[in-house]
Amino acid sequence: MSELFHVSSAPHVRAKDTTERIMLYVLLALMPTTVFGIFNFGYRALILILVTIASCVVSEWVYDKIVHKKNTVGDLSAVVTGLLLALNLPATLPWWEAAIGGVFAIIVVKMLFGGLGQNFMNPALGARCFLLIAFAADMTNYSIDSYTGATPLAAIRAGETVNAMDMLIGRTAGTIGETSTLCIVLGAIILIMLGVITLRIPGTYILTFVLFMAIFGGHGLDYQYLVAELCGGGLMLGAFFMATDYVTSPITPRGQILYGICLGILTGLFRVFGANAEGVSFAIILSNLLVPMLEKITVPSAFGQVKECKITEQIKKIRKGKEDKKDE
Amino acid sequence: MNKYAERLYNGIIKENPTFVLMLGMCPTLAVTTGAMNGLGMGLSTTVVLILSNLFISAFRKVIPNGVRMPAYIVIVASLVTMVEFIMKAYTPDLANQLGVYIPLIVVNCIILGRAESYASKNTLLPSIFDGIGMGLGFTIGLTCIGIVRELLGAGQIFGHQVLSLQWFTPITIFVMAPGAFLVLAVLVAVMNIIRDKMERKGKPLAKPSGCLTGDCASCVQSGVCSGKGSVTDEATKAVQKAKKPGTKKSAAEKSEEEKMEAENSATEKKED
Repeated sequence: MSELFHVSSAPHVRAKDTTERIMLYVLLALMPTTVFGIFNFGYRALILILVTIASCVVSEWVYDKIVHKKNTVGDLSAVVTGLLLALNLPATLPWWEAAIGGVFAIIVVKMLFGGLGQNFMNPALGARCFLLIAFAADMTNYSIDSYTGATPLAAIRAGETVNAMDMLIGRTAGTIGETSTLCIVLGAIILIMLGVITLRIPGTYILTFVLFMAIFGGHGLDYQYLVAELCGGGLMLGAFFMATDYVTSPITPRGQILYGICLGILTGLFRVFGANAEGVSFAIILSNLLVPMLEKITVPSAFGQVKECKITEQIKKIRKGKEDKKDE
Repeated sequence: MNKYAERLYNGIIKENPTFVLMLGMCPTLAVTTGAMNGLGMGLSTTVVLILSNLFISAFRKVIPNGVRMPAYIVIVASLVTMVEFIMKAYTPDLANQLGVYIPLIVVNCIILGRAESYASKNTLLPSIFDGIGMGLGFTIGLTCIGIVRELLGAGQIFGHQVLSLQWFTPITIFVMAPGAFLVLAVLVAVMNIIRDKMERKGKPLAKPSGCLTGDCASCVQSGVCSGKGSVTDEATKAVQKAKKPGTKKSAAEKSEEEKMEAENSATEKKED
């Protein structure tokens, strides 16, 4: 049949962006970080990555089977969740703990709330925080091969100096994916070029955070301190890959900016005044919970919409009075 | 089924306060870090529940309707004080573990709930059995949660190391607050599966006769019916009729409905 007879409802012009395609882009953008992580931390990192991806995909498949849902493994979101989760784990973590994290991310955080699009917080970060509380000792054990010291963040908190160049390239202790700022920025540029993310959330996040640290960090505008805080922890990975998750970030532009500010302040609060050196994952999942409210207060007004004024309020009151009478 | 056995069955399975009615959530979540704590809390609540049901049922004709709440509170508070002193004397370790949650049994909504919806309307013996059933249901619920949390969080059951620490890493989140919510949710889900299966086998668990919604926790009549369908069929029909739009309400039906609403609001108040 020719195109002319193909009848469908609007919209007629469609973008080619499907869920699978966007997830593929994200996977592509994560590749530099992943490869560097494996190169940096060795075969244990590779095993962890494979285990979390497998446990995420398998638990999604099994859940769909049990509740008789359409199989959603094909949209690749479980693969992205698994990879992101692995990048957020230290390479020394026992594989079965990582597998529990994958199951928690998919079953508890995502599928029980209705699957992709319904989850209230980022599954990978939800699982990371679960693991952080459940296996506190294993999750903060960063000593592997050449890296026996603390993470740059912990070091600077203890008052030691850190090498800024090492942090940019990623030759430091930390989780598998967070160490190399260069690789993360490379991936972020790929995502921005492909139009998957905009700079609104990561930009406001990083700016707010730098401002916060300059004011409350206790070191003023010390260049080395600020760079260490920016590149030494999970902030870059979180800002570009996890805070921008479509499902758990606001869709309104003004909401996204507010969300970024929220993230920056919370991360700063946790890092400066909290008990741990790191606070990105808690800041992101807490802000995820604020998203519905941020969207509600930043709804853009539709073309031709009448603003609330005294007359419209009066009309509403009268209407409401009538309805109340009807109910009686 | 015998009337007393029915009360026990009602408390433990059909209207289990923890898994079905969702009453007394505060101690359920707070003290169940271990099986022993759960068992201790459950049993002490059971004792208070049985005695309070007994006294309230015995005095139900003496207590004026207007001050029944203060009267119940006085009875329950005296009992709780006694239980607290006894626990401090004979099981000081457990009393220390449970801490403030023992005095807080006074405001446990299971106790006031059973007083309001059952003991104040029924004779002595059934009320005692209602207390035993509900208390055992609560104890079983708390102990189950405690066992799961202790096993996953420390590898122990009742303080005995079951999973060797040589290969088992305790999942510490389960002895902390988030673990309580997770375990409770999973156990409620399991309980719902069991109830579903029993219902399919022909035991009408979820819907007692004369029940409107089949769910006592959110039911309009839970105060009147107390889960056993004591409301007559006519009253049920009247309410259902009144709910249909367009049907004219007769004066009798209206007063019936108002009475229910009054009682319902009373039930809600006490749950606060």
